[in-house]
Amino acid sequence: MNLLSLTAVELGKKIKAGEVTVEEATRAALKAIEVKEEQVHSFVTVDQEGALKRAKEVQKKITEGALTGPLAGVPVAIKDNLCTKGILTTCSSKILYNFIPTYTAEAVLNLEHAGAVILGKTNMDEFAMGSTTETSAYGVTRNPWNTEHVPGGSSGGSCAAVAAEEACYALGTDTGGSIRQPSSFCGVTGLKPTYGTVSRYGLIAYGSSLDQVGPIAKDVTDCATILEAITSYDKKDSTSIERKEADFTSALVDDVRGMKIGIPRDYLGEGLDSEVKEAILAAAKILEEKGAIVEQFDLSLVEYAIPAYYVIAAAEASSNLERFDGVKYGYRTKEYQGLHNMYKKSRSEGFGAEVKRRIMLGSFVLSSGYYDAYYLKALRTKALIKQAFDQAFAKYDILLGPTAPTTAPKLGASLSDPLKMYLGDIYTVSVNLAGLPGISLPCGQDSKGLPIGLQLIGDCFQEKKIIRAAYAYEQSRIYQHSPLADQ
Amino acid sequence: MEQIKTGKNVILDQTIEYVGILAKLELSEEEKQAAKKDMERMLDYIDKLNELDTSQTEPMSHIFSVKNVFREDVAEHVDGGEDTLANAPERKDRAFVVPKTVDQ
Repeated sequence: MNLLSLTAVELGKKIKAGEVTVEEATRAALKAIEVKEEQVHSFVTVDQEGALKRAKEVQKKITEGALTGPLAGVPVAIKDNLCTKGILTTCSSKILYNFIPTYTAEAVLNLEHAGAVILGKTNMDEFAMGSTTETSAYGVTRNPWNTEHVPGGSSGGSCAAVAAEEACYALGTDTGGSIRQPSSFCGVTGLKPTYGTVSRYGLIAYGSSLDQVGPIAKDVTDCATILEAITSYDKKDSTSIERKEADFTSALVDDVRGMKIGIPRDYLGEGLDSEVKEAILAAAKILEEKGAIVEQFDLSLVEYAIPAYYVIAAAEASSNLERFDGVKYGYRTKEYQGLHNMYKKSRSEGFGAEVKRRIMLGSFVLSSGYYDAYYLKALRTKALIKQAFDQAFAKYDILLGPTAPTTAPKLGASLSDPLKMYLGDIYTVSVNLAGLPGISLPCGQDSKGLPIGLQLIGDCFQEKKIIRAAYAYEQSRIYQHSPLADQ
Repeated sequence: MEQIKTGKNVILDQTIEYVGILAKLELSEEEKQAAKKDMERMLDYIDKLNELDTSQTEPMSHIFSVKNVFREDVAEHVDGGEDTLANAPERKDRAFVVPKTVDQ
């Protein structure tokens, strides 16, 4: 039996029952990584030694009865922007090519407390800036459904690792769609929680007011279970929220009778691939047949989300990335004259083109004379977008639409025109601007055999509603394993 | 996708120089020209926001009201400094080595 073809919860059950040891599960994952990495390249770092050592420790705790949770002993892959004590953490950037964190991110620590075995760190767009995982300084990740296509981004490595079945589940981060869009492209399920639900402590910041950590797995049950494990109030993150009802798995119920679902008409318009549209409407039909009340409505302001997002994210990035200066860690240029020259050369040689592009834009919109016209304007737009969602959620329990306008593009097709690439985030960025929870789950394939993602969006703190609807929809179909998974 | 209008914003060489200083980036002549074009195109697109009347709307930086979180000034995560120093590009004994910053 292929242990990696199981969901995380299924594998956890087998480990708990003593049918599989943690070491067997870990070795199976390491073997899969060894065999598949050449084709998919999901990982920047594989910690074979650490994983096997940890497997023994976790097994001991399970045997002793000290670890009883559903994820105990299950191997996981962690996105490379989450700090892991003693394990190289690069953010897929040259500037952090040798950075070994002295502490572990809170979300990862929570998983460790639940008995997770960390396999390694997954590839991503450099500093999470990109939609294809092609801006990584350590090479591109390929889509396990068709290795000529991108896995999406920025959590492309995490999603590809799950789809290729190198890991049972993974952590990703989502600033403008970076969990949901690659989940859609790779045919897996990914959830971005309400802002503040998962601690950002130890997450290398990109756009701090937008960044959230979340689960990526094969199904909704796994995502709810993982989210339950990583949710915590953390005084080390000033935006952390004490969630009252964080029993997300209680929403795994196949019942959407009476649930009001709104489909933003603006999400079905120009630019949406016809096959994607068809799959989304078919999914909505299934939920309707199960008793949900589905109708289309005008959300409005959708076309303003991307310009507002890029101003805010770039502004925050330009500030957050100032810390990379070649002084205390990371890359330092070889030859320099004085302190400022060292900063400039280290940063210019250490950052890639997309990161520099966003730092420049961010510095510009925050500079004197442009701050009001661009940065404050974007923050005012964000307020209007939030109001539009508030109005929608006064009428509907959840919103339904596509995760991305298309399926995964071919490698090399996106980077030449950044603005065009940014437009691919049209259905995901507004969710970050409004701090809402969103989930992407597979809902079919296009004629090229590439997965299509269904996005469900909830109001703040209403993860359970989207989990319930996603779970109910999921019962109508069978999980499709990618071609690379079957190897 | 919507049509992207171009050609409205013009970024001057001196603006790129200035932004480069703010961003602490040293760009080659080629990179500067590319950055100018990139930024002009992005700003043309971002100008779309001007279609919205936001005169009655307050800027929203966070979705939820954020307040300062205080804690006692007690050291946590004390690793003795060695692990931290191990990441230094250049170190001497228990210190980070940096270029001279103050003239005597």
